[in-house]
Amino acid sequence: MNQKTSDKIRRQAAEGYVTAMVGDQLFGVALCEVRDVFVPKGICRVPMAPPSVAGLLSLRGRVVTAIDLRRRLGLPAREEGAPSVAIGIERGQEVYGLVADRIGNVLRPDAESFEPNPINLDAGWSGACAGIHRLERGVMVVLDVESLLDAEKLRNAA
Amino acid sequence: MDELLGEFLAETDENLDRIDAELLRFEREPNNQEILNKIFRLVHTLKGTCGFFGLDRLSAIAHAAETRLGRYRDGQPVTVEGVSVVLASIDRIKEILKGLEDGSEPPGDDSDLISRLEALGEAAEYEAVERTEPAPSAHELKGERTRPTRSVAPEGLIARPQPRSFFNAAPERRREEMPAPQPEQTAQDDAAAVLQAEADQRENAEPERKKASGDAEKGDLTQMVRVRVDTLEHLMITVSELVLTRNQLMDIARRTDEPTLKAPLHRLSNVTSELQRGIMKARMLPISKAWQKLPRLVRELSLTLDKPIKLVSEGGHVELDRQVLEFIRDPLTHLIRNAADHGIESRAERRAAGKPEQGKIRLRAFAEGGHIVIEVADDGRGLDARAIYAKCIEKGIASAAELDRLSDAQLQQFVFRPGFSTTNQITDVSGRGVGLDVVRSDVEVIGGTVELKSSGSQGSVFSLRIPLTLAITAALIVEAEGLTFALPQDNVVEVVRAHAGSDYRIEMVNSAPQLRLRGKLVPVFDLAELLGERGAEARSPERFEGGMTTVAVLELGARAFGLIVDDVLRTEDIVVKPKAHLLRSLSVFSGNTILGDGSVIMIIDPTALANLAGVDELSVDILAASEEAVPAPEEEKLPLLLFRAGSRVRKAVPLSLVTRLEEIPASKLELCDDGYVLRYRGGLMPVLFMDGVTKQSGDELQPILVFNEDGRHMGLAIDEIVDVAEETIDMELRSNTAGVLGTCLVRGEIVEVVDVSRYVGEGMGHRILVRETESSRTLRVLLVDDSQFFRNMLAPLLAASGYDVSLAASAHEALELKEERQRFDVIISDLEMPDLDGIAFAKMVKADPHWADTPMIALSSHSSPRLIARVRAAGFTDYVGKFDRQKLMDALDACVSSWEAAA
Repeated sequence: MNQKTSDKIRRQAAEGYVTAMVGDQLFGVALCEVRDVFVPKGICRVPMAPPSVAGLLSLRGRVVTAIDLRRRLGLPAREEGAPSVAIGIERGQEVYGLVADRIGNVLRPDAESFEPNPINLDAGWSGACAGIHRLERGVMVVLDVESLLDAEKLRNAA
Repeated sequence: MDELLGEFLAETDENLDRIDAELLRFEREPNNQEILNKIFRLVHTLKGTCGFFGLDRLSAIAHAAETRLGRYRDGQPVTVEGVSVVLASIDRIKEILKGLEDGSEPPGDDSDLISRLEALGEAAEYEAVERTEPAPSAHELKGERTRPTRSVAPEGLIARPQPRSFFNAAPERRREEMPAPQPEQTAQDDAAAVLQAEADQRENAEPERKKASGDAEKGDLTQMVRVRVDTLEHLMITVSELVLTRNQLMDIARRTDEPTLKAPLHRLSNVTSELQRGIMKARMLPISKAWQKLPRLVRELSLTLDKPIKLVSEGGHVELDRQVLEFIRDPLTHLIRNAADHGIESRAERRAAGKPEQGKIRLRAFAEGGHIVIEVADDGRGLDARAIYAKCIEKGIASAAELDRLSDAQLQQFVFRPGFSTTNQITDVSGRGVGLDVVRSDVEVIGGTVELKSSGSQGSVFSLRIPLTLAITAALIVEAEGLTFALPQDNVVEVVRAHAGSDYRIEMVNSAPQLRLRGKLVPVFDLAELLGERGAEARSPERFEGGMTTVAVLELGARAFGLIVDDVLRTEDIVVKPKAHLLRSLSVFSGNTILGDGSVIMIIDPTALANLAGVDELSVDILAASEEAVPAPEEEKLPLLLFRAGSRVRKAVPLSLVTRLEEIPASKLELCDDGYVLRYRGGLMPVLFMDGVTKQSGDELQPILVFNEDGRHMGLAIDEIVDVAEETIDMELRSNTAGVLGTCLVRGEIVEVVDVSRYVGEGMGHRILVRETESSRTLRVLLVDDSQFFRNMLAPLLAASGYDVSLAASAHEALELKEERQRFDVIISDLEMPDLDGIAFAKMVKADPHWADTPMIALSSHSSPRLIARVRAAGFTDYVGKFDRQKLMDALDACVSSWEAAA
């Protein structure tokens, strides 16, 4: 881990991560990235969109592009009617929602517990994750928001 | 970017535009100290601010320009070259400012420009020393112009026109033309004429600004507030949100039926709408913003092309959304260049044509409904229909036969075709004739249209019709496979509900559905299928047999196609929002919008959709839009069914002759006598196999073309249905092979046109005998048609039905037969023929007592109540669509029976 990354990690860890469960895994998004957390309702599917784009919805007059983390990470689809929650992220004029199963607490792990992606991590995951934090119970996978919102990577991730 | 710097940029931008305009004015009124002082002040301010920000390049140029202007203020004569150099400096400054938006001053060398500014100064100083009187003579003007520019590398300003060439050339030319004793004087006049032209431009182009000079200007400025675009956009979003909330509230109020809510809600609703309108208005800018640079452009074109041109503009106050404004800048510039370069003639030509030497370009804007119309008119040579004609042939855009049928106005529309240009010369002014097609596509992108009117030698008028705003657009809300989409209404010509048996019906050609729309076939696509939401079952013939199909007919310039949707829910004014970058690759959608119920739907981009569907521009008649007013052009464009039978060469029959296309399991074909028959619609239908066609076996499907004659069917077995093409039949080679009329080119491929009548005749042999025994004698029919194709197609058909057919290739030929006192029982005449058309021909026939009683049937590919009335008035007994064989036979039968009754 080079110095620059570690600085960033330290800063992020101190500020905290918004955590969410997707399947059986705990994920974290750096707090500074998060605009709000909301329950995605009335998602309108977009034909021909990359599969992990669940669709569009409106949130207080803004159009939100919902990205289904389950689909992005190649996990089985959420059951019909199962609850979901979205982590809102603002990029320029645009708002994105990362759709997870349920939201967790804000965690501030020890920066020293950070580790890069395990080398045997599935390629689909390593393209979306920035590394992991060892927690007392299990690990928290840090989502790489930049990669998640990269159109090119999104297409390749199917 | 630094906020202060941002402010500086915005302000400087405005100032520069002002300098531009003032300089042009100053050039004309070199003695007007007030203007000069104003320019000087502006440049000085610019220099000061640049220095403050430490922008060295900018301040160096501004300093040199200021020095130059200072000399003018000190009484040095103002020259075209001098003004040009200062203008060039302004351009350079703008260029650097552009780079500055990224943060810092871009590197570059401006010594060329600065030395030019300075050199002019020195040269003038040199002149000034020798000068005895303050008033400049033409000689001095010339000397000052030429000397410095020669000594300084002119390459520094490549993009700029070289006024030098004009001034050097002009006096010489004049000297040759008229032996004036003082050529210098003439040169000065020339210069004066050009300057005058610019003066007029300025005056006309900016009446507002002119009014707002002096104190008034100051007063205006205090009433203005500069608002960031972001702020406006944010307000816009907030208002959209408010609109949504209001809609939700209204919905709740409707359900709860609470009377106390009604009045305040109503007020809220009104206020919200008012607010929305207000914000929309705040986004509007006067169209003169897009015109600002045009006077300057015309000045330069004037000089480069050596054509004095006056630019007049009206309606600059008409307001447009700023986004739209950006979009029309380029097309407008292009049209102006085009007018100056191609439209307006050279001085000599204009003199010869008796026009004033100074050409005129008129810009006019006015509001019309929800649109703005901008006209660019010039008083130049107009569009030469003959040159366009020649060019079309040269470039293979259309054949002479096609072009002969077009009026001049229609020929002129060809200039919008990609790659079309009538100037052989490549000029740096309008480029290589790439252009008008770009103008058209640019305007179409924002849902506008371009029209062209050109009346001979009196010039041309281009009218752009553009929407007021892109932020809100009227759209059809449509449904396809459970999803909702917005379809911008601009391109939707009509929505039809098609069902079998109605005038609007969908017919299948192989698996390609076609909408029959007033005698034309429009290719139809299923929206859900195009978007990948539905498989090929969307096109199953069963779908179109039973119920209604909703089709939105779209027209995009020359292209027309139908879009099948499951339902049209309503029309709605939608607020267009850009799509997220993750979805940017989906070109089929131009953006998205939030509907009243809070759902987000995609807005379909009709152009991208047409491309996706593969609607080919060239396969559709460019003039389809000009409709019935001019019936000639579409005459021979007819849908052809392309298929394969036997040999590898594709075969074609006019689709209109085919009643149905069937695919029948081969086992259902039964051998009877020496041919095949099929149980078909409660009867037995003879099925002929075309030469070389493979007979399928077992349950394999055999494609069959079904023809109908008086309710009797006849089938023609073929190998494979290929496609439908709408094509002009231009028979290239006539064939001696039985059953083939000839060959022609369809989309660049050789196709054999099948003589259906031969097969039909064979299949219906029995019936022909019947007719012959019924009729006491063979009826003589005269067929008048200038098209060889139709003569070839109809004659055998008529003959097969027992008529004795005579042919005439023109009305004149037919009239010769009349002079020969030949007699016919019926005359069938085409309406659209060169020289003497069907209507004139009928009148002449009716005027001759010898032929007056002969019933006449008119053939035309067009139909409108007006046309039919004219046809009847001319003396025709009946009117039949050109491809409607059955109707023709019925009309003939009717003529015959009335003849028999009379006999």
